[in-house]
Amino acid sequence: MRTLIFRTVAPFLSSLMILFSVFVLLRGHNEPGGGFIGGLIAASALAIYGIAFGVSPVRRAIRFHPMALSGFGLLLAAIAGILSLFSGVPFLTGLWVYPRLFGVELALSTPLIFDIGVYFVVFGSITSTALALEERERD
Amino acid sequence: MATSTAHNVNLEAAMVLTPPPLADYLVVAPLAIGFVFGALCLMTRKNIDRQPYIAISGLVLMLLADIGLFWHVLQNGTVVMTMGRWLPPFGITFVADMLGATFALVAGIVGLAGGVYALEDVDRTGRRYGFYPFLLLMLSGVTAAFLTGDIFNLYVWFEVLLIGSFGLLVLGSEREQLDGATKYALLNLIATTLFLLAVAYMYGMFGTLNMADISRKAAGLRDTGPLFTIAALFLFAFAMKAAAFPVNFWLPASYHTPRIVVSGLFAGLLTKVGVYALLRIFLTLFDVERDALAGTIAIVAVATMVLGAMGALAQNDIRRLLGYLVISGIGMMLAGLALGSQTGLSGAVFYAAHSMVVMTALYFLAGMIGERMNGFALNEAGGLYSRVPWLAAIALILFLSVSGLPPFSGLWPKAFLVKASLDVGAWWLAFSILLTGLLTTIAVGRTFAFAFWRESTRETDDTDTTRPTNGGRAVAGSLIALTLLSVAVGIYPEPVIRVTDRIASELLTSGSYVDAVFPAEEPMVEEPSADEGEAQE
Repeated sequence: MRTLIFRTVAPFLSSLMILFSVFVLLRGHNEPGGGFIGGLIAASALAIYGIAFGVSPVRRAIRFHPMALSGFGLLLAAIAGILSLFSGVPFLTGLWVYPRLFGVELALSTPLIFDIGVYFVVFGSITSTALALEERERD
Repeated sequence: MATSTAHNVNLEAAMVLTPPPLADYLVVAPLAIGFVFGALCLMTRKNIDRQPYIAISGLVLMLLADIGLFWHVLQNGTVVMTMGRWLPPFGITFVADMLGATFALVAGIVGLAGGVYALEDVDRTGRRYGFYPFLLLMLSGVTAAFLTGDIFNLYVWFEVLLIGSFGLLVLGSEREQLDGATKYALLNLIATTLFLLAVAYMYGMFGTLNMADISRKAAGLRDTGPLFTIAALFLFAFAMKAAAFPVNFWLPASYHTPRIVVSGLFAGLLTKVGVYALLRIFLTLFDVERDALAGTIAIVAVATMVLGAMGALAQNDIRRLLGYLVISGIGMMLAGLALGSQTGLSGAVFYAAHSMVVMTALYFLAGMIGERMNGFALNEAGGLYSRVPWLAAIALILFLSVSGLPPFSGLWPKAFLVKASLDVGAWWLAFSILLTGLLTTIAVGRTFAFAFWRESTRETDDTDTTRPTNGGRAVAGSLIALTLLSVAVGIYPEPVIRVTDRIASELLTSGSYVDAVFPAEEPMVEEPSADEGEAQE
């Protein structure tokens, strides 16, 4: 798939998709979207980049091993649950804070942290599968 | 809920508003610790020298949380926490009664022993493939399965522990392992699918997945709904998980293929989850159906224990022999379930706890024997008694313990089971339990005679100098610790019997489980509606 057109478009496409995945992740609490679908979009962005330029540029670009990202996501999700311990509510209860930033009210919560965790778990595990499959194809 | 504007909603009708006491977090602590440390291990996957320290500290913390939970439940009775502050039938409930807390505690002990044993048994390649993350996640799954009070959530934890076990099973990706793993995965997935089907039927009928809620609604639905069918589906699914007789063939096909520490952990933990699920389903939820199915369960139990012991007699590979002993032990526990009496259940739970510790220890022992003989075949074994006398002592203790001979931990639960069988006049059940004990004694006696007493058949004794990696302090330490536990319980069984007696009486009065989840039923329903009226005014 190393055509000129594809290789020219792939970086833009990938970065757009990653941006879009973050957008989907953040709108997920009240509207369609969320960590799972966001993670899938981000993983497909890297898969496209990998098809265009090969696997090792992708591995260099994300710095960490995809499975490590997965582990990080799991850690975030667990921490989102444990935070409830310090507020005297049962495990995994959603906790909300509403800081005002530039006159806009931001709704931050532990479900958001959990969802970011899901994003990383899906992103990491699907990416590591996709990269492994792309690597095999080249051999 | 994504704005800060105050809502005029009466939360009392849907949510738990009183803050839970700090000690109640112990219900979720083992699980949360397992996941946090599993995640940390996954993140440091490349740093295989530091990983064991993270994993062992995680396992120690999990065990401490298990001990804390056990103590808390022992002192204050069943502990309940519903996730996300929702009231019980809506949120996912975690319930630690004596049964769950005891199983979780023993699982924690076995898990820690496995983690320590693996320090020397699992090489760098195994660690790079992710032994420790898989171990922690599997143990989290097992512990959570013991503690959850929601039947669909139980299914989820079965999946979690299965995925962890798949990873452990194929560690190293050898041809034999993949063969064993395929059988294991396929048959376990069939069992899990049946389990899911039964859960779906049940949800269609009850409209709830909370086990306490199902338990209190079962009486009203018994005349109209196909409860017996659902109970039979559960029996089949969990019997397959527990490796009971007609559906036990996956176990001998797979348990001898992975690394010895993995076999030991599987033998100690996984089949017991099936037994736990059977106890929970048939005593807390479907006690009437259990009475109807008792005859079937008893026949399955007899076939499982006797054929398991006979299978053990026929084996030449020590690991396969132990696999059949695991199956035979499952028969013992099912016998207790079939009897369903106070003494019988007490014996079954005691036997399960004993079996978790002793079967894991036996696999560890097999690992040390195999290391010193360069193989697991009995016909080539010999001469270990003169070479490593202390190992012979350990082996003798464990062999006597697994056959149920005094003065070790296997004796008491068997005595209980025999007594319970004779109490209801089931002499054939008592006879099979004793016959199984005899056959097991012969099988392990044969192992002892071949591996330890017999003169070494090899001319060149090259095994003393080679392979210095295995058989070090960690391996011996975890084996000795588990053996000492068996000895201690055998010599001083009173505290354990007190605990298992309490478990049996809790199981026989399923009302105690329901009351713990839905405390003070009447005022809870009355008061919110009154408040609601005031709020509307």
